[in-house]
Amino acid sequence: MREGDAKRWELPPGRAEEAFEDKKPLYTPAEALAEANRCLYCSGAPCIQACPTGIDVPTFIRKIGTGNLKGAARTILSANLLGQSCAQVCPVEVLCAGSCVYTGWGREPIAIGRLQRYAVETTLSSHPALFQAKQPTGKRIALVGSGPASIAAAGLLALEGHTCLLYERKALPGGLNTLGIAPYKLKGPEALQELEWVLSLGRIEVRTGIEVVETASGPGQVSATGLLATHDAVFLGLGLGADARLGIPGEQGEGVHGATHLIERLKTDPGLTLEGVRRALVIGGGNTALDIAHELALLGVEVAMVYRRSEQEMGGYVHELDAARLDGVRLLENRQPVEILREDGRVVAMRLAFLAEGKPLPGAGETLPTDLVAVAIGQDRATHVARAFAGVALDERGRVKVDPLTHRTGNPKVWSGGDCVNGGKEVVNAVAEAKLAVRDIQRYLAGE
Amino acid sequence: MADLSIEFCGIRSPNPFWLASAPPTNTGDQVMRAFDAGWGGAVWKTLGNPIVNVTSRFGGIDYGNTRLMGLNNIELITDRPLEVNFREMLEVKKRFPKHTLVASLMVETKEEWREIIQRSEDAGADLLELNFGCPHGMCERGMGSAVGAEPKVLEEIARWAVEFARVPVIVKLTPNVGDILEPGEAAVRAGVPALSLINTVKSIMGVDLDRMVPLPRVGDASTNGGYCGPAVKPIALHLLSQLARHPQCGRLAISGIGGISNWRDAAEFIALGATSVQVCTAVMHHGFRIVEDMLEGLSDFLDEKGMSSVAELRGRAVPAFRDWGELDLSYKLVADINPDTCIGCQLCYVACMDGSHQCIHLPGRTEEQSRQAGHTHLPKHVPERAVTAAAATPGARVPFVDEEECVGCNLCQLVCPVPGCITMEEVSTGRPRESWNDRIAHGKAYVPGGLEATEATRRRNR
Ligand SMILES: Cc1cc2nc3c(=O)[nH]c(=O)nc-3n(C[C@H](O)[C@H](O)[C@H](O)COP(=O)(O)OP(=O)(O)OC[C@H]3O[C@@H](n4cnc5c(N)ncnc54)[C@H](O)[C@@H]3O)c2cc1C
Ligand SMILES: Cc1cc2nc3c(=O)[nH]c(=O)nc-3n(C[C@H](O)[C@H](O)[C@H](O)COP(=O)(O)O)c2cc1C
Ligand code: SF4
Ligand code: SF4
Ligand code: SF4
Repeated sequence: MREGDAKRWELPPGRAEEAFEDKKPLYTPAEALAEANRCLYCSGAPCIQACPTGIDVPTFIRKIGTGNLKGAARTILSANLLGQSCAQVCPVEVLCAGSCVYTGWGREPIAIGRLQRYAVETTLSSHPALFQAKQPTGKRIALVGSGPASIAAAGLLALEGHTCLLYERKALPGGLNTLGIAPYKLKGPEALQELEWVLSLGRIEVRTGIEVVETASGPGQVSATGLLATHDAVFLGLGLGADARLGIPGEQGEGVHGATHLIERLKTDPGLTLEGVRRALVIGGGNTALDIAHELALLGVEVAMVYRRSEQEMGGYVHELDAARLDGVRLLENRQPVEILREDGRVVAMRLAFLAEGKPLPGAGETLPTDLVAVAIGQDRATHVARAFAGVALDERGRVKVDPLTHRTGNPKVWSGGDCVNGGKEVVNAVAEAKLAVRDIQRYLAGE
Repeated sequence: MADLSIEFCGIRSPNPFWLASAPPTNTGDQVMRAFDAGWGGAVWKTLGNPIVNVTSRFGGIDYGNTRLMGLNNIELITDRPLEVNFREMLEVKKRFPKHTLVASLMVETKEEWREIIQRSEDAGADLLELNFGCPHGMCERGMGSAVGAEPKVLEEIARWAVEFARVPVIVKLTPNVGDILEPGEAAVRAGVPALSLINTVKSIMGVDLDRMVPLPRVGDASTNGGYCGPAVKPIALHLLSQLARHPQCGRLAISGIGGISNWRDAAEFIALGATSVQVCTAVMHHGFRIVEDMLEGLSDFLDEKGMSSVAELRGRAVPAFRDWGELDLSYKLVADINPDTCIGCQLCYVACMDGSHQCIHLPGRTEEQSRQAGHTHLPKHVPERAVTAAAATPGARVPFVDEEECVGCNLCQLVCPVPGCITMEEVSTGRPRESWNDRIAHGKAYVPGGLEATEATRRRNR
């Protein structure tokens, strides 16, 4: 990758995600002003408390109101370097906007996410030079993975004057921001554009197609011990692993997809066609299940979600379920997949058992015709690579163990954050954890 | 990054944003918290012989969803002992030596002025501000706006102050006068180097209709108070610009006050001649924190305009103020409605229909319907345009402007809820620049021969 190349990574045209429309498009100036002027500019506002990165929401909204748009973007980005993607992907309904005083008052909360998007997107497209990195320190930091956790950490470290090297096993950087977020919220090119902006902050290099492993055995691989030896500190932003599998007959073969893998293809692979797919079943009740179900429905597929417990017990957000239902997704509760039926290798139906309070009702079940099955029952945990760093330990659920205040692992030179630590939350949590880690790395590098 | 620091009568201040003399500067603790938040200076709550305040003492006026568009008060000067105030001022100046500390003063006799000036300087005041503006309570005692409205008295007291003081003296003016230049000139004669304005405007905030007592209510009665906040900004700007254009007053340093709530307001005051600005109501409403936006907004604005200091902005808009007779009568604007952003509320239509020149029309009407609605002149040309507004709900119509009839009054643009939707487009009249004064100079100002002759001449000139 050369310095100064405006577009280092490009997505090919013809991707399914291009067909999606923004659910919350960019405000016009008039809309933004009207909405900003509705904010009460609360003191000690609940919306600030509800933001994991602590963005000073009232202040940035007031600045939009006074025409100080650049200042608004500064307020946002100095608390959350990924303020642009967060504005689009954060579940504001349960975070800032969910706690807006208007919500408690029975009125429509301030559209904080959309105002944030307006401030950041408008400013960065005209005045990208908002921050100035400090003098180079000569310190080198390796970041494993290039998802939101690593990008946020790299940006903050670069502003402190350190050199950052991101190692990403995939061909495209950005982690799930590029490859996993529902396209009606954020599209791949937008995620890459934000990433480019972070890279512009300082000395950050992204090495794609390079996997960090226990022992390197060829090109495209770097060993953990090698990284430790050549860098002053290491940050692990590994995310989660591959999609979990159902382990039922008929699962092997065409037509059955891991959910995140299928989403990745929707977002990046022009070769993906859903020709002949009229009906789909999505297995799971979390947000990933809701996302792929909603995306398939918007692509014209008849979608039903199969969930083993009741709607009330679902892990996915209520507002996401409501939105998916509006676009045609059906929810089948208290059912468990038993077998995937195939004809000539093609998926044709799925056998489901009925459950009551999580237990199978003997003999009760149904067989539903389907052309595609998407499995969204969770993802494997971060990988063996974490353990390859001496002293880094995993907890019983496979998450990287860190000190919650500093995000330092058992190895004094290694920090970690994001999905591989919290087991899978949101982009904004990854950024918040990266901030904690960077603060401690900074103390460590300063010799404190 | 533009330099926000200013020099006011030789006193340097880290930025032009000062707190006005009022409740936010009651105590040393408040002023220090304000300086921590970023304020560059503070004018201490007026010192004098401490008084007793009444309750309630504030009244607010709301407009639509906006709270406190205007504030009024019947508060007097400080109600805390002078020794306490001076002790705290000393502490503030010790902790913040580079910030601007102004003592606001109001006493009666010459001896009292001598003493309070001396003690203020001993307490570290960088500047003194003579409060000749309080429009309630203190005037009955022969102080406040009673002084400000009486140029002779103002001049005499200001002269004492200049004589006694070692630091620069500011005269704070009241807007409650017929001609602001009279007290302004009196201050010049007294030899003060600076003015500040405005203090509050005499007002009654409203009436408690259940008790039939004006507001703010003190038991069973009320009195007139002083009006301030966003609503008084236009008055303050006008008075400021009058002083700034005056050959003598315009040479003094001026601290602009009145309805300043954000960086944009501040920039306007500075462009009309202020060197520093003072803020009271906006801080009472939202707290010291608003200064962050003011500092950042002003700095970014200066950068964007290619100015490197506040001084470069100062007075920039003053020369563009002219008397009415000098305005260009040939200049013409017509309204233009953008169908892409119009939401179809038709507020412009009704405003133009009833409040202006009936030149906004609704599409899809027959001539008959238009006449019934009250149009006396019909457009020669009906534009081809979508009947339904792009940004509106189905059925909502985008009005259009009959450009030939439009007088360019602006009303539609002012009432349109969508900023930028109605723009005023410049059109050429083909006539050279000509003002009323030009016409008088050329003997064209009136047409002899009565109304008919005038009408005929107008027709010919069209
Ligand atoms: C389908 C889906 C939808 C989501 N929707 C939302 C949403 O709408 N809003 C929201 O806020 N959050 C959403 N999330 C969650 C969000 O995407 C994650 O919380 C966030 O991306 C976590 O960031 P991260 O950096 O920890 O991990 P990731 O984004 O997973 O990034 C990890 C990166 O590390 C790389 N990597 C891993 N191991 C190695 C190695 N050994 N060597 C080199 N590289 C390696 C991976 O390839 C990957 O690029 C969603 C998640 C999913 C799965
Ligand atoms: C409650 C209150 C008390 C005030 N007390 C004083 C005062 O003691 N001395 C003074 O010079 N002005 C006083 N003022 C006037 C302010 O300093 C200022 O001139 C006026 O409020 C206009 O500014 P604003 O629109 O920013 O509020 C007071 C104003 C208010 C609202
Ligand atoms: S809680 Fe709501 S109204 Fe209050 S500051 Fe936050 S967004 Fe504005
Ligand atoms: S603002 Fe404070 S001091 Fe004033 S009336 Fe309310 S509680 Fe009392
Ligand atoms: S131009 Fe403005 S005021 Fe007129 S109808 Fe459209 S939105 Fe309403």
